[in-house]
Amino acid sequence: MLTIRDLKVSVEGNQILKGVNLEIKAGEVHAIMGPNGSGKSTLANALAGREDYQVDSGEVLYRGKNLLEMSPEDRAREGVFLAFQYPVEIPGVSNANFLKTALNEIREYRGLEKLDAMEFLTLVKERMQLVEMDPKLLNRSVNEGFSGGEKKRNEIFQLAVLEPALAIMDETDSGLDIDALKIVANGVNKLRSKDRSFLVITHYQRLLNYIVPDVVHVLVNGRIVESGGKDLALHLEEHGYDWIKNEREAPVTM
Amino acid sequence: MKEFSNNVDIKDWYISHFQAFENSLNGSSKAPFHQIRRSAIAKFADLGFPGRRDEEWKYTNLSPLLKHQFPVAARPTSLPAETVRQFVFKGLAENLLVFVNGRYSRELSNYRAPANGVIVDSLGNALKNRPEVIDRYLAKYAPFEKESFVALNTAFAVDGAFIYAPDNVAVEQPVHLLYISDASAGSHFASPRNLIVAGRNSQVKIVESYHGLGENPYFNNVVTEAAVNENARVDHIRIQDERLNAYHVYSLETHQQQNSVYWMVNVDMGGALVRNNLTLTLDAENCEGHLLGFYMANGKQHIDNHTAIDHAKPNCFSNELYKGILGGKAKGVFNGKIFVRRDAQKTNAYQNNKALLLSEEATINSKPQLEIFADDVKCSHGATVGQLDNEALFYLRSRGIPQEQANSILQYAFASEVFGHITIDSVREHLEEIIEERFARL
Repeated sequence: MLTIRDLKVSVEGNQILKGVNLEIKAGEVHAIMGPNGSGKSTLANALAGREDYQVDSGEVLYRGKNLLEMSPEDRAREGVFLAFQYPVEIPGVSNANFLKTALNEIREYRGLEKLDAMEFLTLVKERMQLVEMDPKLLNRSVNEGFSGGEKKRNEIFQLAVLEPALAIMDETDSGLDIDALKIVANGVNKLRSKDRSFLVITHYQRLLNYIVPDVVHVLVNGRIVESGGKDLALHLEEHGYDWIKNEREAPVTM
Repeated sequence: MKEFSNNVDIKDWYISHFQAFENSLNGSSKAPFHQIRRSAIAKFADLGFPGRRDEEWKYTNLSPLLKHQFPVAARPTSLPAETVRQFVFKGLAENLLVFVNGRYSRELSNYRAPANGVIVDSLGNALKNRPEVIDRYLAKYAPFEKESFVALNTAFAVDGAFIYAPDNVAVEQPVHLLYISDASAGSHFASPRNLIVAGRNSQVKIVESYHGLGENPYFNNVVTEAAVNENARVDHIRIQDERLNAYHVYSLETHQQQNSVYWMVNVDMGGALVRNNLTLTLDAENCEGHLLGFYMANGKQHIDNHTAIDHAKPNCFSNELYKGILGGKAKGVFNGKIFVRRDAQKTNAYQNNKALLLSEEATINSKPQLEIFADDVKCSHGATVGQLDNEALFYLRSRGIPQEQANSILQYAFASEVFGHITIDSVREHLEEIIEERFARL
């Protein structure tokens, strides 16, 4: 599904990712953990194609295609989805119209019929239930005045509607209380399938209790320094990131 | 065509055509209104065209307009009905007064005579048939003594719309005043003149729209006056969508009596050089004045909005919101005056203007101007200038929406704060369609 080779990315002249290698197969859930400033969000944004993220070198193959050459909209149409850490408020654009436009762009790209208003409504009503989202939020402006939890649910709701092949979740757990976290995680779990991969970026192990990953990577100072199974996350929780920094010279087998 | 190098010569050119215009009026030159025309042309001779040393015209250079000698559009002309149809709003086809080059066209208009004494007619007819109302209201509000474009309009005013809602009548259907400038055969200068009279406890909805045909330059110098009596409500929408060969000057003067409400939504999309002078006068207690504006300009368009809300009496409320989107080398001007006279205690007056600049070379000159002579008032104003939000743009694109469309969505969202106040659905929908298409081109 996704192959990242020696990816180096700079933001405003500072190199943040210093050679990331990653391989995600179809249906797998990978978690990337790491301390603040390690480059987790940079990786997410570079994959989604945000302009300010300058790719210095390296390669990203998504389903065999060069992802880095695609515009952000083409990445989305090809099936890459970023759940934002800080979803933007867009006053004056209704959530429903926005999502209908997006969905139909993607469907058209994939050679599917556009959905009419009724079909769209039926679909969104069903998908809203996945994240227990208040249907009233559909008619509000995108994220405007939403609580932190509502914004994150809205991201996962969009994921559910747009049905990407690769979903990147950038600290979706930040700012969520435990109940909201369970709801969001539950939604994500229902969306797991053999054809859909997830890259779950998080600072805390907590989320991974609910979204159980196949592989956990530890990103420190722009490089993946450890990869392992789900227990790696628990180990990190117990010993903190200092453990990695101290131990990384002596490899740990998990 | 000879080009004039200064304002004096072109002023004389307009004055020299007044005589011929007067002769063309035949009998109606004996009516009292004609004396006002004569005073107005004399006033215009005193005032001349404003220059850039005039503070009110500091950012608007009239020389592109003043280099033209436009012949007076005095004779009614017509157009094929199918040409007109493109400008008709869905649902308003039977509430339509059509004007070609400022003159009423009876065969193109379609208005079912309303009951209850409501009058929807051309000003030309009203000047002949309804002297009592005309003499009472016409040219009583628009200040031809002070404003040269009002003086020029008043001098040459011969047609336009006359809308009269008698006391205690709510006119349910909106009236669409459709102004088409046909410059395909040549240039012209038109002086549309509209008079709206809303009686006590009456309600009336008016849509003015301005469109163009043909490639020759032309000049539309419009004046609309509205007399709003006690407890009346007027909903007024103006849509200016002329072609880029148009010079358009529009002056609105309203005069409100006690407990009355005036809603104005003013939209400018077309025209090479556009100047609006909009004045709402809240001249009695408990009035509400709402002034909402949206403009978009591209290329070398110049759109200037000078607005004034005059709080003359206590306990009134006014709200003004003006938004503009400028691309290319377009220039925008916003000047928003709020006067709170000494008597006008307990005034609430709010003003906000926001501009989006889509290119490096687009400019906006924005000036809120509050003059407050009462001490117990609430007034505020705000002005912002910005670009499209890159974060929002990326968010939309990251969901598969192409950049151009994402741009238009955000521009539309910016404008929607104004359009949301258009209560006539068919007009709002029509505008939405036009605007969406225009945004894609900005």
